[in-house]
Amino acid sequence: MSRYDLIVAGAGIVGASCANEASIAGLRVAIVEPGPVGGGATACSMGHLVAMDDDPAELALARYSLRRWEAFAHLAEAEFSRCGTLWVARNDGEVAGIAARVARLNAAGGEAHAVDARTLYELEPALAAGLAGGMLVPAEAVVYPPRVAQHLVRCAQQRGARLHAGRSVRRLGRASVTLDDGSLLTGPVLLATGCALPRLLPQLPLRPRKGHLLITERYPGLLRHQVLELGYADSAHGDAASSVAFNVQPRPTGQLLVGSSREFDVEDPAVSPAMLQRMLRHAFRFMPALRQLQGLRAWTGLRPATPDGRPYLGAVPGHPDLWVAAGHEGLGVTTALGSARLLIDLLLGHAPAIDPAPYSPARVLA
Amino acid sequence: MTEHYDVLVVGAGPAGLAAAQAAASHGARVGLVDAQARQGGQVWRHDAVHGTPRAASRAINASVGTRVPVTWLARHQVIAAQSQRLCAETPLGAVELSFGRLVIATGARELLLPFPGWTLPGVTGAGGLQALAKQGWPVRGKRVVVAGSGPLLWAAAASLRRHGARVLGIHEQASAAAMRAFALQLWRWPGRVAQALQLRAALHDVAHHCGSFVRRADGDAAVTSVQVTSGGTSMRVDCDLLAVGHGLVPNVALAGMLGCAMDRDGAHPVVQVDELLRTSVANIHAAGESCGIAGLSAARIEGRIAGHMAAGATAAATSLLRQRRHARRFGELLERHFALDPRLYALAEHDTIICRCEDVTLGALDGYTDARTARLATRCGMGACQGRVCGTALAQMGRFPRSDCRLPIFPARLATLADRASPPLPSRDSGDNHP
Ligand SMILES: Cc1cc2nc3c(=O)[nH]c(=O)nc-3n(C[C@H](O)[C@H](O)[C@H](O)COP(=O)(O)OP(=O)(O)OC[C@H]3O[C@@H](n4cnc5c(N)ncnc54)[C@H](O)[C@@H]3O)c2cc1C
Ligand SMILES: Cc1cc2nc3c(=O)[nH]c(=O)nc-3n(C[C@H](O)[C@H](O)[C@H](O)COP(=O)(O)OP(=O)(O)OC[C@H]3O[C@@H](n4cnc5c(N)ncnc54)[C@H](O)[C@@H]3O)c2cc1C
Repeated sequence: MSRYDLIVAGAGIVGASCANEASIAGLRVAIVEPGPVGGGATACSMGHLVAMDDDPAELALARYSLRRWEAFAHLAEAEFSRCGTLWVARNDGEVAGIAARVARLNAAGGEAHAVDARTLYELEPALAAGLAGGMLVPAEAVVYPPRVAQHLVRCAQQRGARLHAGRSVRRLGRASVTLDDGSLLTGPVLLATGCALPRLLPQLPLRPRKGHLLITERYPGLLRHQVLELGYADSAHGDAASSVAFNVQPRPTGQLLVGSSREFDVEDPAVSPAMLQRMLRHAFRFMPALRQLQGLRAWTGLRPATPDGRPYLGAVPGHPDLWVAAGHEGLGVTTALGSARLLIDLLLGHAPAIDPAPYSPARVLA
Repeated sequence: MTEHYDVLVVGAGPAGLAAAQAAASHGARVGLVDAQARQGGQVWRHDAVHGTPRAASRAINASVGTRVPVTWLARHQVIAAQSQRLCAETPLGAVELSFGRLVIATGARELLLPFPGWTLPGVTGAGGLQALAKQGWPVRGKRVVVAGSGPLLWAAAASLRRHGARVLGIHEQASAAAMRAFALQLWRWPGRVAQALQLRAALHDVAHHCGSFVRRADGDAAVTSVQVTSGGTSMRVDCDLLAVGHGLVPNVALAGMLGCAMDRDGAHPVVQVDELLRTSVANIHAAGESCGIAGLSAARIEGRIAGHMAAGATAAATSLLRQRRHARRFGELLERHFALDPRLYALAEHDTIICRCEDVTLGALDGYTDARTARLATRCGMGACQGRVCGTALAQMGRFPRSDCRLPIFPARLATLADRASPPLPSRDSGDNHP
């Protein structure tokens, strides 16, 4: 039997960030991960560090996290590339909404500004003709999430954290867990198991939300910013059974990462040719040049989605010494660092830098 | 646009040609698909100077002469598959093909093992250089070292000579004893004896070394010399080109995408088939090298069996089973006598590039025990070839098993992936909801 100050189940970007924060705070940490570190949703993601402004709580968490990401800007493993985010408007209706979004982002400490159509094409000549304008957030960046997760776990290990690699948490006890090999670890438990949360904690509702991505060969210079349609939030935060949105990212290699799709309750990881087709056709409307590019590989990932789109961060009511950090949907890379700090503050009884109430698991158990 | 065929054959090498002909002889509407512009596959590849081999012309003409002629779909590269449909990329765009029965005859590709200098310009696959020469790439007067393993080295050397190359020597890694044992068994396959004698005559003045392999290639801008190890001694050979191949590996990506079970006993997956060449998926057959390396005769006989079966002619297929067993035994002979010397797996050094697409060195892979973790951390296998070269080599070297192929099977234009016909989807695109 081994005793820890914190047992972190799951080493995706969220669990890895939490383990790192806990070890910085001097806690004796165990990490339990059945697969490769960062091999879950974290490995499937685009790695775009982006603030969305339509939910004030999500915006606060994202901004808090983005500041913490700056510490990784020069870490080779992070492959941090400050390409900025360019949101494009298809019509005057979308343009009209930009001022409010700029105001919200800037009020939260972001740095956004509207761009007119001419500037839009100066920034990204490959965009389709006829777009009405856009919004530029120059300081946002992209990273390579699985290697960041690996880096964070290594940092925690260097401070004494113990990685139980190839093991999974099979059962929760009172301030303890039983692993799949039968061994028992005791101490407070943090569930950071992403989409697998309901298997250990069915009372917190969580649904997988499948997404498709496609990576191309290298086309350096074709695109400079991560480009999304302003309607992206409707796909991300709407509850349609399935939707697609234009979202293309230039990787530091010159490759383009093309997204995105959302489907509820599909757990089959296979690429759906029909969904891929729908996603690509939609993207072509914004960037016709994509048609001629060579696609190397398509894949899918499952986003852990809560009913209100916000993650669960905090203590699980009625379960002493049980904590959760899961349910980050499509923004978990961005918000992992802030989530981890917030959670460890709560765990240690410190006042978090942002209001934790909107993320409390208690909200769905009322 | 979707084209439907009773029987669709993917791959127009010896196996696929025979399958198409056999299926069409029963009146089935047959489509024959290949990524290449011409039929023939690897061994019967058209030669820009010397034309198409006679056996190939006969096999190609036979499919046109059947009761219901075969529809030849050239330059159709199959890039995706789902249940009864395939998506192919063609110069004119995407084509969707549907089938009643499918014959997978996707053949094999060369295995290339890494060694210091293997990424230098001038170092190519043995079959690869042979193919280049046949396409008219100039090798005349070039000094070529041919090395690696298997009968393909002889065939490649003979082709290169025919195109005017100076073949300095053939370095077969198998021992002289293994080669003698192989030669002693060959009489059971008279066709092979004839082929071997022909090659021997064509290469009579080319030195053939057994138990010999290239341990490194040197040069600045391109290869200028190689270090060859033979027995206990090492020597330098100056050359312009090194053509190297370590045997063949079945192409199973299409079968895998369709859900066909694989035999995974060896380092490389092989499509699992029963005696009548049925895969684990109903209505899908496989023939030729995709279900194991056994050479030309096996490919031809298996093509016929699969073609008959795909047309529902079980009796015709069954009558060929004895011939197939005999031909397959040649594959076992190859496997036994050309087994690779484990020293070949240790040639690459810490700083030797393993993944040429992403410039990943062997040393960068230290400590990883599975392909996916290594890929996530180092990008090994993430480039244009998607691990077809490096993943295959690493599996052969015993580093980690290969990971399965993902869509698309080969890099494809995004337009191809988007344009393939498919049923309309009920729900709306997010962007359309906007004012
Ligand atoms: C297609 C796609 C694109 C995305 N793009 C972005 C983006 O651009 N920007 C962004 O910020 N976010 C993005 N996301 C979202 C982001 O990837 C996720 O929110 C985030 O990775 C979630 O991290 P996680 O650590 O909670 O989950 P995971 O990475 O899934 O980690 C959970 C871990 O728990 C382990 N586990 C499971 N069960 C157990 C058990 N019983 N015991 C122990 N361990 C267990 C799993 O093996 C896994 O490693 C995207 C997601 C998808 C699918
Ligand atoms: C590089 C190379 C050179 C060779 N040279 C010789 C030689 O000189 N002498 C000799 O005796 N043997 C040679 N062989 C061995 C020979 O290929 C086999 O012995 C046998 O002929 C294989 O027949 P097959 O029909 O199974 O496959 P192949 O002849 O390999 O035919 C397979 C065909 O399938 C097509 N194909 C594969 N995947 C797809 C796809 N997704 N979409 C569309 N088309 C596809 C390929 O373009 C190819 O034309 C060579 C093998 C290789 C790999």
